[in-house]
Amino acid sequence: MLQLDQVSKKFGGLPALSDVSFTVPKGKLTALIGPNGAGKSTLINCITGVLEPSSGKIQFQQQQIDNLPAYQISRLGISRTFQNLKIFPRLTVLDNVLTGLTNEGGNSMLLAMLRLPDLRHRERQLRLRALESLDRFGLEDKANWPAGILAYGDKKRVELARATVGKPQLILLDEPVAGLNAEETAAVGEQLRLLRSAGHTMLLVEHDMDLVMEIADQVVVLDSGKGIATGTPDEVRRNPLVLEAYLGRMDATA
Amino acid sequence: MTSKQKFLYFIYLHRTGLTVTGLSLALLFFPVIENNPYTLGLTNLIAINAIIVLGLNLFIGYAGQISLGHAAFFGLGAYGSAIATVTFEIPPWPAMLLVAIIVALVALLIGIPILRLSGHYLAMATLGLNFVVHTVLLQWDEVTGGPSGFSGIPYLSFGKFQFDDEVRLHYLLWGFALVGLLLCLNLVRSGVGRGLSALAGDEVAAEALGVNTRNSKIKIFVLSAVFASIAGSLFAHCYSFVSPDSFGIFTSADLVIMVVIGGMGSIWGSLFGAALITLLPEWMDMFETYKDFVHGGILVLVLMFLPQGLITGLVEMVKTKLALRRQKDAAA
Repeated sequence: MLQLDQVSKKFGGLPALSDVSFTVPKGKLTALIGPNGAGKSTLINCITGVLEPSSGKIQFQQQQIDNLPAYQISRLGISRTFQNLKIFPRLTVLDNVLTGLTNEGGNSMLLAMLRLPDLRHRERQLRLRALESLDRFGLEDKANWPAGILAYGDKKRVELARATVGKPQLILLDEPVAGLNAEETAAVGEQLRLLRSAGHTMLLVEHDMDLVMEIADQVVVLDSGKGIATGTPDEVRRNPLVLEAYLGRMDATA
Repeated sequence: MTSKQKFLYFIYLHRTGLTVTGLSLALLFFPVIENNPYTLGLTNLIAINAIIVLGLNLFIGYAGQISLGHAAFFGLGAYGSAIATVTFEIPPWPAMLLVAIIVALVALLIGIPILRLSGHYLAMATLGLNFVVHTVLLQWDEVTGGPSGFSGIPYLSFGKFQFDDEVRLHYLLWGFALVGLLLCLNLVRSGVGRGLSALAGDEVAAEALGVNTRNSKIKIFVLSAVFASIAGSLFAHCYSFVSPDSFGIFTSADLVIMVVIGGMGSIWGSLFGAALITLLPEWMDMFETYKDFVHGGILVLVLMFLPQGLITGLVEMVKTKLALRRQKDAAA
């Protein structure tokens, strides 16, 4: 579904990514792991159009997307969450989730200002979908709260709800459990499993090894901007390169 | 659900429509209760300011940008209508439309380059725009009448029915203001409106949600300029006289203060802000000379203590308190 072909990104001559290639298959959960500074966030930003790759090709459903602006990539059906939360603190929880349906609300300013019955009907549908999504993430009784006052775990859930409510083709999750306690991590893990069994395609960037090994179908390992291994969790776990670059160090610090 | 709950739910569901209806009725009967031309003159001025502030609040409060130059579009609308109807003898209604279209084009041409800027730079650029327009109005004597102003602008009319006294103007101006209010309320409750709030919150997040941030900013800038232009046309036809003084940078500053007082991103607040700042000099006429001081002081205080704006800030404070209390109750 998503294909990366020799993607490189340089920041002022310094290579952050060099020749990264892998494929995210449809309906599977692919995890992207690697030590700090391996280039995971840069890669996510290249896929979503926040950054433009210096060279290489990114294809989504046979369409080249590496030259498109971020909003067009989003409109193709790629949604994302952010490593350091980008919810809108002043909007209510429900409105936050509704922003995830921006692409479906129509973007004609004139029609919006006239609010004809047709639009009114569609708005009601979108609201219902947003409420359903809140239900799924256990936020239904906080729908009218300003999102800024929620606890951190709930904010993460709001972002997940916003990223999934539009039924995207591909969901990019940038460290969805960073900063959560064990219980909350388990809850998010459960959500991800549910999403996967519902047939969503996901690319997960995560530091939490237990979570990754448990739920990923495929693992891609980055180190210093290079893809050093791709395979099932078991294969990756046994790969000596990976052990050296990543898991070894994890064990030492854990 | 009991019938009382049903009734309350109905009110909650239709709160926007009901408030608009209530306000319309109040305005409909206002001249019956209050027919002092001086008071009506003031409320009419509130209506004109409210039209500009509604548009400006979309730009500042929703899209999260800043403009210290909207008096320029207000002035272009006013002078545009004056010149079109007197110099070129175009009938007032088509002239108003024509001028609004021209101002929209001007805003588009200016908006494309300057909306690449943000923050202080955007504030300076829009301030500069205001200076340029003001100077042109002041200096281009043959066309604008220069410092002594432009007089003899015809009243708006439907056939023989002329909008020439305060009561008739009340209905005209508030009619326009209510339509503007309705359009803005509709806009912010739509996907486009949510895209704008996203844009104000975080541009990267907004893009990731599919909002074309650059286009949205330009569109809202043009829309707010059109609101200001129509307000300007109404202003010109209402007083049948315009002078450059009404369109200086202090007017722009006052408009921003109205937005801030009413609250960033609050359509209803726009009405309140416009009313308060229009009436303030009347309430304390001994401060007349120090008007700009007082307005500046209010701006600084609001921004220091309630940066989202006075009304929005208070409303959000109450909402937060309520939500927290409910959480406490639930936990107990």
